[in-house]
Amino acid sequence: MEENKNTCKCGNECKDEELEKILQIYTQDRDNLIQILNEVQEHYGYIPKHAQMEISKYLNVPMAEIYGVITFYSRFTLKPKGKYHIAVCLGTACYVKGSSKIMDRLKERLQIEPGETTKDGKFSIEATRCVGACGLAPVFTVNGEVYGKATVQKLDKVLDELK
Amino acid sequence: MKTLEEIQKIRKEKRNELELRVNTKLDTREKHILVCNGTGCTSSKSPEILENFKRIIKEKNIENVRVIKTGCFGLCAKGPIVIIRPEDTFYAMVKPEDCEEIIETHILKGEKVKRLLCKDIDGSIVNSLDELNFYKKQKRIALKNCGVINPEDIDEYIAFDGYLALEKVLKEMSSDEVISVIKASGLRGRGGAGFPTGKKWEITKQEISEQKYVVCNADEGDPGAFMDRSILEGDPHSVIEAMIIAGFAIGASKGYIYVRAEYPIAVKRFDIALKQAKEYGILGKNIFDSGFDFDIEIRLGAGAFVCGEETALLESIEGRRGQPRVKPPYPAQSGLWGKPTLINNVETYANIAQIILKGADWYSSIGTETSKGTKVFALGGNVNNIGLVEVPMGTTLREIVYDIGGGIPNNREFKAAQTGGPSGGCIPKEHLDTPIDYESLKEIGSMMGSGGLIVMDDTKCMVALAKFYLEFTVDESCGKCTPCRIGTKRMLEILQKICDGNGTEHDIYKLEKLAINIKNASICGLGQSAPNPVLSTLKYFREEYRQHVLEQECKALECKAMAKIVINPEKCKGCGLCQKNCPVDAIEGEAREIRVINQDKCIKCGTCLTSCPFKAIGN
Repeated sequence: MEENKNTCKCGNECKDEELEKILQIYTQDRDNLIQILNEVQEHYGYIPKHAQMEISKYLNVPMAEIYGVITFYSRFTLKPKGKYHIAVCLGTACYVKGSSKIMDRLKERLQIEPGETTKDGKFSIEATRCVGACGLAPVFTVNGEVYGKATVQKLDKVLDELK
Repeated sequence: MKTLEEIQKIRKEKRNELELRVNTKLDTREKHILVCNGTGCTSSKSPEILENFKRIIKEKNIENVRVIKTGCFGLCAKGPIVIIRPEDTFYAMVKPEDCEEIIETHILKGEKVKRLLCKDIDGSIVNSLDELNFYKKQKRIALKNCGVINPEDIDEYIAFDGYLALEKVLKEMSSDEVISVIKASGLRGRGGAGFPTGKKWEITKQEISEQKYVVCNADEGDPGAFMDRSILEGDPHSVIEAMIIAGFAIGASKGYIYVRAEYPIAVKRFDIALKQAKEYGILGKNIFDSGFDFDIEIRLGAGAFVCGEETALLESIEGRRGQPRVKPPYPAQSGLWGKPTLINNVETYANIAQIILKGADWYSSIGTETSKGTKVFALGGNVNNIGLVEVPMGTTLREIVYDIGGGIPNNREFKAAQTGGPSGGCIPKEHLDTPIDYESLKEIGSMMGSGGLIVMDDTKCMVALAKFYLEFTVDESCGKCTPCRIGTKRMLEILQKICDGNGTEHDIYKLEKLAINIKNASICGLGQSAPNPVLSTLKYFREEYRQHVLEQECKALECKAMAKIVINPEKCKGCGLCQKNCPVDAIEGEAREIRVINQDKCIKCGTCLTSCPFKAIGN
C-alpha cells in the first residue's frame, strides 16, 4: 500500500499534522466535505488515500461516499499532477478560436492524453472548461499562469523553456 | 463596527473625493489612474502595471495622483487597460514598461501618449471612453461599478450609494413592500430560465419555517460566459447588499454563495468584501440597529457544470455529489437541508439595490414588454470587440454584433451566433434583427441562458459545433437519469459518424428523434436543454447536415475526415514532389504531367500540401 505513505508532492514528510491542520479549520459536519477536499487537493496536488481515510473518520462518512464525491468533481484527482500542469481551455470562445490545435500539439509533444502525467513526473495535461479569459482566446495555463492568444509556436516555445 | 451615521459620513466624504471618477468635466488637479485587474487583464500582467505605477509615483514624489485597482472595464480584447480620470483617457494594451512614459508624458507634461491610445475598429484614435462605439449603445446597471471602484475597498462602494438601498429597506420598508417593488420592476432571473424574481421571493416568503436560506448561484459554468465572474471581481458588495435585502424580504438569516473554485480572483475579492462588511457591522447581528441578523458563507464548487442547476447546487453545498433532485418540491419549499431556500444568480442580485433605490417604474421603463431591464452578455468568438457588454433588453443581435462588437474580423461573413451555451441554440443570419429578450429567443429556438454570446463566421461548421456541445454535455452529465446519461452519448456517436463522413440520412432522422425524447424525459435543466444545439442547428442548417451525409462534404472544411485535397491543374508544374512524398501512393500521373489525387487512397495527412513548391495543392 504505497499510497498510504504520508508523503506529499513537495517531497517533505507532510505528516498528518498538515492534514490535521486542514481538518481543524472545519467542524465535523458532513457539508464541509467538499471544502476539505478542495484544501487537500490544493495542498497535495491530489487527494491521497490516507487523507481520504482521515477525512472519513473525521466526518464519519464512509470511504465509498468520499470516493464518490472525489470522482464526481473534475477538480479532484486521485493521482498527483506533474511539476508543470498545463491546462488547455476548450471553452466555446477558445474552441471557436482553434484551441483544439493547441491541445493536439500538446498531446503530440508530450505523448500523453489529458488527465495523464508524463513518466518523469514533469508534465501533466488537462482539458479545462472556460477559465474566463475569453478576451484572450485561445488560452492555456501552466500551473495557473494564463498564456493568452496562444498559437502552436507559442506553446512550443513555452515547452522548450520548461524542458 | 460602524454606526449608520458613520457610514453616511463615509458616503458623503468619499463621494466628494471620488467625484472625478464619474464627472469628466470636473476641474481638479487630482488624477486617478485606474488599472483593470479583472481575470483577463491580470493574465496579461496588469498587476505588474499597477505596481509599476505605484513605484514610479513614489520615486518621483508626485502628488495628487492615485493608482487604483479596479474590476473589468468590459473591453477585454484591448487589455490590459489603463484609464486616467477625470479626463477619461483610454490606454489599451499597456505593457508594464509603458508606465514610465505614461507618467512622464501624461501626468507630468499633460500630453497624451498617442501610441497607446485605444483605436476603434475603423482605426480612428479614441480620446476618451465615451467616444468608443463599444460603449455607446450600452446601458450599465449590473456593471455600474465595474471598472469605476476599487472592489477591495468598501468605502468606495459606499461612496457610490452602496448600502443605501439596504438602509432604505431596513429603516423604511416592510418585507412585503420590498417584494412588491421587485415584482413591479419586472426583473426576471438572469441565470437562464427567466423566472420572475419577485414571484420567487414571494413564494419563499410565504413558506413557514424557523430557518430559511438565501443562496447566490455563482457557479457560472457555461463555457464562454464570464459576466458573473466580472461582477464578483469588480463589484462584490453589490451582491452582498442584495443578498441581505433578499434575506430580509423572505425572512432568512443565513446566506451561501456557491462560487466556482476556478475563479480564484473572484473568490478572493468576495472574501475580502465579506470581511469588510462584517467589520462595518453590515453583516452580522442587528444590522443598522434594525434587529435583523444576516450572515453569508462562501462555498466553493469543484468543477461540475451540473452544479449550476439549482437543486444540484444545493446537494453540492451539503457536501454530496452534485446530482439534481426531482422537482417538485422546489427549493422555495424544500431546499438546503430541507428548508425553504431562495436561489438567484449573481447578475440578478446585482440589479436589486438599483431597483430599490431608483424604483420599480424606472427599471420597468427599460427593456421590452415582457423582459425588463438590461442583460449582460459575454461577447466572444469571431467578433472584433471581445468583452463584456450590458444592453437594454430588446436590443437586436445585429446591434450587439456590429455596432458594439465592431463586426466580424478579416472581413468574413456572419454565419450564426450561439446564445445560452450548451443549453442554448444558434441564431442564424436571417434572425439578426430579432430583439433579444426571453420570449423572442425562445421562439427562434435558442434561449437567453446565462449570457454567453459566441459569434461564428463562415469558416465554422455547424455540425461540428453541435458535436462540440454534445461532447461537453456527455462529459458533464451527472449520470442520474438515463435519457441524459445514455441518450446524449448516443447523440454524440451519431454526430461523430456524420462528421467522419459515414453518416446517412437516417442518422439525421434518428438524431432528431433522440433529441426530442431526451428533451422530454430528462430530470433536470441540463438534460432537458442538452439537445438544443442539435435541434437548432438542424432547424437552420439542415442543408449542412445533408451535405455531410449525402455528398460527404463539409463546406466549412472543419470536418477533417471529409476534407478533399485536390491539385489545382493550373498551378501544377508536374514536378512530382508530392507524388514522391505521399506516404500512401495516392497521387497519380506520369513525369512532367499534371498530377491527380486518388481520393479513394488519400488519407488526408497533408504531406503533399507542404511539399508542393508551387502551392498548387489545397482543399
